Parts: sequence; structure tokens; C-alpha cells
Amino acid sequence: MTDLRAVGAPPRLEWLVSTVAKVHNETRRARTLVLDVPLWPGHRAGQHVDVRLVAEDGYQAQRSYSIASPPESPSLELTVERLDDGEVSPYLCDVLRVGDGLEIRGPIGGYFVWDVAQGGPLFLVAGGSGIVPLMAMMRHYAAAPNELRADVPVRLLYSARTLDDVIYRDELEMGSRVDARVSLALTRDAPAGWGGYRRRIDRAMLEEVGWPPNESPRVFVCGPTPLVESVANLLVEIGHVPSRIRTERFGPTG
Amino acid sequence: MQTEEMRLDGNAAGGMLREVFALEVTAALARCAGCGSVAPMGTLLEYGHGMGVVLRCPTCDTAVVRMTHTPGWVRLDASGIAFLMIPETPTPAAQV
Amino acid sequence: MADTPFIARGFHSRRAPATPGRLPPGQYETRDFPVLSAGPTPRTPLAKWDFTIKGVDDRSVRWSWDELRAFPHETPNVDIHCVTKWSKFDTSWEGISVDTLLNAALAAGVQDAPYVMAFSDGGYTTNLPLADVTGGKAWIAFGYDSAPLPPEHGGPARLLVPHLYFWKSAKWVRGLQLLREDRPGFWEQLGYHDRGDPWREQRYQGDP
Repeated sequence: MTDLRAVGAPPRLEWLVSTVAKVHNETRRARTLVLDVPLWPGHRAGQHVDVRLVAEDGYQAQRSYSIASPPESPSLELTVERLDDGEVSPYLCDVLRVGDGLEIRGPIGGYFVWDVAQGGPLFLVAGGSGIVPLMAMMRHYAAAPNELRADVPVRLLYSARTLDDVIYRDELEMGSRVDARVSLALTRDAPAGWGGYRRRIDRAMLEEVGWPPNESPRVFVCGPTPLVESVANLLVEIGHVPSRIRTERFGPTG
Repeated sequence: MQTEEMRLDGNAAGGMLREVFALEVTAALARCAGCGSVAPMGTLLEYGHGMGVVLRCPTCDTAVVRMTHTPGWVRLDASGIAFLMIPETPTPAAQV
Repeated sequence: MADTPFIARGFHSRRAPATPGRLPPGQYETRDFPVLSAGPTPRTPLAKWDFTIKGVDDRSVRWSWDELRAFPHETPNVDIHCVTKWSKFDTSWEGISVDTLLNAALAAGVQDAPYVMAFSDGGYTTNLPLADVTGGKAWIAFGYDSAPLPPEHGGPARLLVPHLYFWKSAKWVRGLQLLREDRPGFWEQLGYHDRGDPWREQRYQGDP
């Protein structure tokens, strides 16, 4: 990786043509794109990129996607959930293939970011594909030196429709790799003998899974707008300080 | 669909804001010219709109920032910001 | 930005083929009714809702919801065109002609002027030449598709000026301010056209 600032280039955000190095399906509806980006300046956990698609007739569509890979990763990974009536996510999930170019700009965002040096405890709350930037934080945490990690316990509460919709399921089940206490809430169907939550995220769940307000956790909430607003309101009701709660709403445009 | 379900955070406008600002401003603190409350730009409510981007104060709904692209121009109306404090480094000491 | 965009292999817009003669230049047809909003949906109770026409001399008339609804209704069936390039054909509305309301206002002593600014709950404004809201071309609409106009589409009432780009058809409209001189509204201040005729592609300031 080249640090553009180190070589004196201006920090202007330009569109870059990345190359798709690998793709893999995470679930029936979510796919990870591994991108090679020339001159990628590096990023922080929680940031996103803008993706621009231009058709031959000049028609353009632009969306934002969170970065799934941690700052330590040599490649840039995006995980995209396919929204069937969208126009960008079906392209990224179904049409784009290895070797194709993809126009991106980034990294973007300085607010919804976390660095292990900022400390914790860290409480992550995800709904659906809102897990993506939080996964970058967990991967960053897993890659950090032990002395930085020692005082930063991490807990994740992740709400998905069914077990099959859980993105990064293998990685999350291997708690040793992400090193976080992971709680899943399934809102639609759960397999027989399911030991996790089987309802939408509510106040009781946030109190059971998260830290009490007096431990001053940093909380990051990401998911669909109604979930994010409901969780943020509940956290404030429980007594968490609003300035410790950071939110990222994922809109319905695909 | 209600318009409330479509709103995003100021974060989402970070790319467009970087077309105007040399520094990353989603972590910057902005004082709303409408109600005086101070909040990081990333916590403003973004109403994504095909015609442009509108960032509103989460406290009083004042349109704090409005931004459009028209051929050859980027336009920014930031008259809803009374004061802006931008961190020079990604994780300044003062950050909560 | 001045860079040359990279063409995405296999990416096409999902636009339906155009109906000849019915689509203004640069538009595509949609069957949906996209919701575009620059702010939260206002919720003014009808008991507190009113509609005002303000003259240039500050004299104004105001009608309550019930008083407004007592004016004769019309049911325009029109095509609408959004500057974000979608057009929707055969939309059916119920509302009151702006002519009816302006005539009542003038009869009550409100002073005439060549421009209007529509203003809405939530602070939205849009400017139009008076000639574009008179002559049977504009309505205050409160019904859509045989039902009350839903809040996300501007209910309880919106301005309907179908022959201009749809941002001129202000959602959640609360009144019209008559103006001696044209003054830019919410989007017009940010580079959109003062008139916005889709057939002349008047999208931005400076378009002919």
C-alpha cells in the first residue's frame, strides 16, 4: 500500500478504477467483492466507499458500501447485499466478475470509525447487512497487538432474518478468530433447538447483551434506518450517553 | 414508504462533502444556525434526494447543509452552520 | 468532476422503452410513484392546517381545511415529470384549481403580482411565474387515485403543476406568496431552473 499523504499528493478524493480480484457468496443474498485498488491510501474500520456505475449511454448510478476488510488487510473488501428491485446491488452481486473494473472513491467517513487505541468496552449492534462495517472493526480488533486488546472487550448483537441470512457466519461462530462475544437474534425462522434470541432487538436484549451504562461502552449501531433509530432510542432510555452511541443508517436504495 | 425511513446519517454524504472540503468533515462539530445545538456532521440526518443532498439538524430539522451538482458546478449552501470545528487528524485528543 | 468515467461492463439502466411523443427529452417512464423528499414528513393536524394566499402588500386571505374543501373540486388526469428523469403517465388527482383560489383572494383585496412562491410545512419553497399556476394549469391537490393524498406524496395537500418539473409541485403546501420580482426557492437557490419546463429541458439555471 502506498500512503498518498506520505508522498505529498493532495488528499483530494478521486474516482479510482479497482479490479475485482475475487468474489465469494456470503449468503444467498450477500456477496463479498475483493478489490485490488491502485494507490489505495488505506482506511479505518467503519469507513465506506462510493461506487459509481456508468452505462455506455452515459446513465450513472452511485451508491455507498461499507468496507468489510480491516485496515491491516492488503486488499479492499466490500460485502454487498442484493436488493432485488435495486439497480446497483444486483449488478454487483450477479453481473460483476473477477477481472472486471469497478469505479470507487474513498475511503469516506471520519465519524463512524473505531480504532483499538480508542479503547472500549466495545458494543456493536448490527441489523442485516449493517454487520459489514462492524465486521471491519472486529477484524481490526482481532489483528491488534495483545497489549492494546487487553482492556477492550468486544460484544456483538446481530439481528438477521434467518440463520442463512447471517453474513460471515463461519467467522462469527469461530469466536477465537473474531474474539468477541457474539449474540444472534433471528427475527423470522430459527432452526430447531436454536439457543439464541428469536425476536427483534428490544430493550431487555440490549440490557442482557450490552454493558451497563456505568461501564461507559462505546456503542456502534448499523443497519436499516428503523432498526438503528429504535436501538439508539432504547440505548438512551437505558441510560447510555448519546455521545457514546454512533449510528450508521443503511438506506433502502439498492 | 415514509420519508423518515429513507433518512441516513451525515456520514453517507461524506463522499460528496469531500468534493468541497479538503478535510474529512463527518467528524467535524457543527453548530446549527437554527437552534444552536452542536453535533458532529456525521450525526446530521441526510435526506438523500435525486436533486441534491440535504443534511438536517437532528434536534430541530433545520436544513444545515444543502448541496447539488449541476453541469459544471458543485453548489453548497451551508448557511445552516453557524460554526464548524474540523479535526486536523483522524483521532484528535478531544474526540469523545 | 472532469474525469472520464469508466464504463461498467454489462451495466444498463433499467428504464422502460419510451412512448413516442409523450416523454419530454431525457425522461424515462416509470410505473412506480417514487418518493423524493428533502426532509421529514410534516404532520400538521387538519384542525390546525390552513392555506394562505399572501399579496405583495402583506394583505392575505386564509382558509381552514374545511373552508378550502368547500370550493369546487376538479379531477385532473395528467402526466408528471420529475427532474430526476422519471415520468409517470395518467396520474389522477382531486383538487381545487389555483384560479379559483386566486380569484377569491383578489376579490378579497389581495394585490396581484407576476410571480409566486409556494411555501410548505417543513420550510420548503419553490418559485413560479404566476402565469404557470393560472389558466387551468395548476391545482391544490388533496386526493390521489381516488383516495386522500398520502403524507409521503405531500398530503394533506400539495401544489400540482404538471406541465412543469415536479419539484415545482410543492408537497405539504401551506400557501402562495405573490411576488413583484422572481426570487429563487429551495432548489432554485442551488442551481435549479426558475421555471422548469420539461419540454424545453429547463433543469438548471442557465438552461434556455
